[in-house]
Amino acid sequence: MARVRRRKGRWGQYFVHASVVLIVLIWTIPTIGILVTSFRHKDAIAVSGWWTALTTSQQNFIAHSADPSTQVQENGKYVIKGNVLTANESGVVAFGTKIMKPKEFKAGETAPLPDGGSLTINRDGSYQMVSDTSFAADSSRRLYYTASQPPTFTLVNYSHVLTAAGVGQSFINSLTVAVPATVIPILIAAYAAYALSWMRFPGRGLLLAVVVGLLVVPLQMSLIPLLKLYNNVGEFFGVPAKTYLGIWLAHTGFGLPLAIYLLRNYIGTLPNEIMESARVDGATDFEIFVRIVLPLSVPALASFAIFQFLWVWNDLLVAIVFLGQQDNQLVLTGRLRALLGSRGGDWEILTTSAFVSIVVPLIVFFSLQRYLVRGLLAGSVKGG
Amino acid sequence: MGELRLRDVKKSFGHVEVIKGVDLDIKSGEFVVFVGPSGCGKSTLLRMVAGLEEITSGTVEFDGEEVNDLPPALRGIAMVFQSYALYPHMTVYNNMAFGMKLAKEPKDKIDAAVRQAAEILQLTPYLDRLPKQLSGGQRQRVAIGRAIVRNPRVFLFDEPLSNLDAALRVSMRIEIAKLHERLASVTMIYVTHDQVEAMTLADRIVVLNFGVVEQVGSPMELYDRPRNLFVARFIGSPAMNVVPCTIEGVDGEARVKPEKHASVKVEATIPASAVGGKGTFGVRPEDLNLTDGDDAIFRGRVDVSEHLGELTLLYVDCGYEEPIIAKLEGNVPIKRHAEVGLTAPVAAVHVFDDKGRAFARRGA
Repeated sequence: MARVRRRKGRWGQYFVHASVVLIVLIWTIPTIGILVTSFRHKDAIAVSGWWTALTTSQQNFIAHSADPSTQVQENGKYVIKGNVLTANESGVVAFGTKIMKPKEFKAGETAPLPDGGSLTINRDGSYQMVSDTSFAADSSRRLYYTASQPPTFTLVNYSHVLTAAGVGQSFINSLTVAVPATVIPILIAAYAAYALSWMRFPGRGLLLAVVVGLLVVPLQMSLIPLLKLYNNVGEFFGVPAKTYLGIWLAHTGFGLPLAIYLLRNYIGTLPNEIMESARVDGATDFEIFVRIVLPLSVPALASFAIFQFLWVWNDLLVAIVFLGQQDNQLVLTGRLRALLGSRGGDWEILTTSAFVSIVVPLIVFFSLQRYLVRGLLAGSVKGG
Repeated sequence: MGELRLRDVKKSFGHVEVIKGVDLDIKSGEFVVFVGPSGCGKSTLLRMVAGLEEITSGTVEFDGEEVNDLPPALRGIAMVFQSYALYPHMTVYNNMAFGMKLAKEPKDKIDAAVRQAAEILQLTPYLDRLPKQLSGGQRQRVAIGRAIVRNPRVFLFDEPLSNLDAALRVSMRIEIAKLHERLASVTMIYVTHDQVEAMTLADRIVVLNFGVVEQVGSPMELYDRPRNLFVARFIGSPAMNVVPCTIEGVDGEARVKPEKHASVKVEATIPASAVGGKGTFGVRPEDLNLTDGDDAIFRGRVDVSEHLGELTLLYVDCGYEEPIIAKLEGNVPIKRHAEVGLTAPVAAVHVFDDKGRAFARRGA
């Protein structure tokens, strides 16, 4: 009985591990694909999938023999010489003279030409067509050959995207939008969260319900009314409607419900006794907030900061609506979209710009990650 | 300094009245213990004195001044919580200095006060550590140290030892007793459900039950002259044996007859009106002795015998619902199923009326 149970347990574990590995693969393979594609030449992308670029593969090609006018005479025979290989290919493996049999002959062998004469294509791609008689003027022919292609990568895409006009400025613009749009909601939400979880005042429950309700409101619904409001305010004060302040406020507004909700839940779990102890020590609510609650809330603040930064950095819609298209306002997402061109199918630009854009959020994530500390409350109260 | 007066203090949470009118006078420098079963309201009462709970009605006075509306920080109190409540992101030094830093005291003053408190509690080698690097007992000492630094007139302890293991509890109890001697002018109010802590630490004990004060008195007073059945059974471990009885004689020949057993002479002042009525007869386990003779109050068969080395507990089935427990000195070699007789000196017997109130005992 026990033996059977144990065996089942082990198989169960294998199954769990296998499914985890499978899920990880499904998640990461597309990303790897994009990364590899970003290093490939535009033409290569059009011709073959990214998985072929990773190993040396064999492909069939067609070359044209050189113009008969280049024929020379050697040893009493007429010879046309040349090389079939282009830049990306490295070794001829097989060749043929008829379209039905492109691999009829191995590299280095001599094949008879249908009109007389012979053709030899060597491994290095050099070929000779030898004939007893002179080659006719129109006898340039197609040569079919199979060549191996080693993995070739290029940095051309990256240099194109990075040096394209305005990308550097757009980076800065994006940062100018994202950093305040992350910091301001945190400042406001932290105060709100502390009040909503630890202070008693009438209407607290209702206020919290409203905040949670706002979580549900889709951003797209409020874009146009908000822009109208900005326009009116701008008219009233004589300032332009599309400014950085406007987009900071917009992102703050959109991000606050989640921020308040997240922070309030976390701050509500802080032990009550610590705050009572601080109260006995003579701390006002504000001092408790700054000296005790805020330092202890760093994990929650860090997680929200990561979410919000990522969201704002990748955002295109709000940036287009609330910021202009001039050089000093166009964000990175907008700039990259402009690079794409009207066809929208330039995969080498798409994939490269994806990775160029990823760098900053990655830096933010890895630098904030060490603040996501478990056991921050260790040692403060019994059981913690 | 540190004189407290509670007058008709009541507390309700919504419609539930938790504290039902408490009157208490605490002298300066006294060590008062609030004791009682879980849910009796002792912590709530302490928190009202601290200012962490609203006082629904009644007054709390510190040195003659009413403090009902005064925030905790201004009452001159310091509190030690059951769960230590240390600030986890600050070192021991900063934990203790926090209050003074908030009050913007000069640095050297803070340093002197913190080091002195650390000295008293032997915390000096740990001043730079974080709470998570300390053991349970050390953390509790830091909590006490934090309170000492505040230089309060009233020290409040909310079940500080209940999270410590038995051995640590004993040593910390002694430390608290020493602390009381050292800070003789500081009033201390200590809440616990453990009557051993109450008996050993208190100058006076306040026994609470469902929000009502049952009795206030010195430990010995509560032990010898409990005012009612509740206090009699709460103090002393194992609890006093109680048996329903009928009251027979009056005064000089006061006698009660415990159910199923012979009439017993008692030395208590029983009014004539009580004769013939029902009551409760009580005798503490430690007052019972074995006897073979006619003076046995109880006779029965031993159900369980527990040998602890320094004493022996016998659980004797005398025909009542609960066994009669006898606490005998040393190792008494009596085993299960032995037939025994138990007797107690006349002076050690307690009698309670039908409402659980004690009749005054003479000579006690």
